[in-house]
Amino acid sequence: MASSALEALELATDVLIVGGGMAGAWAADAAAKAGATVVLAEKGHCGTSGVTAAAGPGHWWVPPDPPEARAAAVANRLAAGLGLGEAQWMHSILDQTWRTLPALAPYYKFGVDDEGRVNHRAVRGPEYMRALRQLVLGHGVTILDHSPVLELLARDDGSIGGARGLRRQDGGRPYQIAVGAVVLAAGGTSFLSHLLGSRTNTGDGYLMAAEAGAELSGMEFTAAYTVAPAHSTMTRSMAYSFATYYDADGQELDLPFGPDQTIRLARALQHGPLYCSLHRLPDDIKARLHTISPNVPLVFDRWGIDPYRDRFEVTLHSDGTIRGIGGVRVVDAECATSVPDLFVAGDNASREKVAGAISGGGNVNSAWALSSGMFAGAAAARIARRTTDHPARLRALGRAGLRPRTQAKPIDVTAIRDGVRGEMHPFDKNLFRTGPGLAASSRALDDLWTELADHASEGGVAPREAAALVATARWSVATAARRTESRGLHRREDYRRQDPALAVRLLSGGLDRLWVAADDASAAARLGGELEAAS
Amino acid sequence: MIELIVSDRCTSCGTCVEVCPTNVIEAAASGPPVLARVEDCQTCFMCELYCRADAIYVAPDCDRRVSVSEEGVVASGRLGQYRKHSGWDEWAERYPNEQWLMETVFRCAGEAAARRDPET
Repeated sequence: MASSALEALELATDVLIVGGGMAGAWAADAAAKAGATVVLAEKGHCGTSGVTAAAGPGHWWVPPDPPEARAAAVANRLAAGLGLGEAQWMHSILDQTWRTLPALAPYYKFGVDDEGRVNHRAVRGPEYMRALRQLVLGHGVTILDHSPVLELLARDDGSIGGARGLRRQDGGRPYQIAVGAVVLAAGGTSFLSHLLGSRTNTGDGYLMAAEAGAELSGMEFTAAYTVAPAHSTMTRSMAYSFATYYDADGQELDLPFGPDQTIRLARALQHGPLYCSLHRLPDDIKARLHTISPNVPLVFDRWGIDPYRDRFEVTLHSDGTIRGIGGVRVVDAECATSVPDLFVAGDNASREKVAGAISGGGNVNSAWALSSGMFAGAAAARIARRTTDHPARLRALGRAGLRPRTQAKPIDVTAIRDGVRGEMHPFDKNLFRTGPGLAASSRALDDLWTELADHASEGGVAPREAAALVATARWSVATAARRTESRGLHRREDYRRQDPALAVRLLSGGLDRLWVAADDASAAARLGGELEAAS
Repeated sequence: MIELIVSDRCTSCGTCVEVCPTNVIEAAASGPPVLARVEDCQTCFMCELYCRADAIYVAPDCDRRVSVSEEGVVASGRLGQYRKHSGWDEWAERYPNEQWLMETVFRCAGEAAARRDPET
């Protein structure tokens, strides 16, 4: 490796943010405003990396007046979340989003609707992330672009005191940061589907948290998919709310817009190719599509397709934990994890408390990314100022993909990636789940883990990404096997009904040996939340 | 995937090297940057959006390479299309950001579905 020839870069900061997407940028903003020195390390480029940058997030947005409006929104969401959401958390992110988002006005030109009203909630991804970059730079945050974090470093007492990574546009030069606290905001993972903007989201933050001793929650809720023109990444779904679908014989299929549409699309795709026309999109929207979502018509235009007249082939791309739910378990209202001085935000955190067992769509997810970033950043800043003055001896926590358990040998990263895709993307394995199918996936993924953990040695980002992908898939499959019912995004063909006894969140963790356990606190919190909402 | 950088439009400013989230593009000792790792391209079109010289062409195809020529791409008029429709830089006054219409479209779709199928 070229890296060994370069002297390591040694840095120190109060707060390190791992990941420069939406949640990481908001976390950096909050930590810097709280007076901390902040370094934000991003695998790619803060401003273009991640799933927000290429899309157009709408935020969950309910004004505080009249007060009944928020209570009604929260009650609806609690019911939709099928028992796993918490009212207090929902109120909390609604309020945080409402108060925070307008602060971006110096950097983002919020839209004005046809009646002249400013719209804060719906923003365009590239402009939003460009604005967030400017916002955090304005607060004095140091951004390390193209600087993937490879592992966390612990103090003697197990608390998190640093991180190590490499500068991939500087010859792979290694760097190490001593910190007071870390916010993991490294995103979720689509398990390397072609979901727009998701290539760098390989679950790295889940792996690093688990290596530090944190738990995951809700990892069974990964069976989310989004429609896109076949062979494209364009998973922007707005125009498809008016789609008409056809089979290979040109017969129109009954696939109405609504909550069951993904299931129906997947069933149709299991029978053969699926075609689509957008002719039912209202004419005024057709005329403005290029100024609403400029990247959507671009795909059709380059292929010479008129989507309002022609029929084009479509597919479903896996959303994994990005529009799905699971992530690192949040233990308090400040987005702390169970590991001291380690916080978590955005898709890196479990979103069950605000989304419940269903996808947060765009809007709850975005409100969560913003709010959890703000909570985690502010809390990390407060803790960090107490610890930064005491330099500590640091212990490297990374294992699989860095330090082999047995003998270092070359590993086939491409085969491992394909192996993960092969278990996490097919509808018959991940969407229409069965006990035997999950058991087979578990064996296949365990084999991949053994290969990686036994033999992979430090070789840049790729083996670590592979380890994170395999680890995440294993937690997902193990938790799905344990949830012997169907609930929200988790569907078992052998247990088609909800089981009232399983109205509880499922925690998971472990690396070489996995574990899954009911989160007994979640049932109590949910009941408390409902009482509060009713009072 | 990114297919080409039109050499006589490229100003070698280095922006695409900087903004590519997957580190596909590498600066050259002289002249336009090089497409060093096309297999890592995630077809997000960010390089095109940030290219003020409108020199980059990304094909929508994410799982297969397609053959395109500089002359063909320049003649197509599609270079700079994403930046223009996004209203960036010199296009700011001509192409407004109408992202706010997204929620209206979803609401209309929901209402249309409810009219079609009043049971749900």
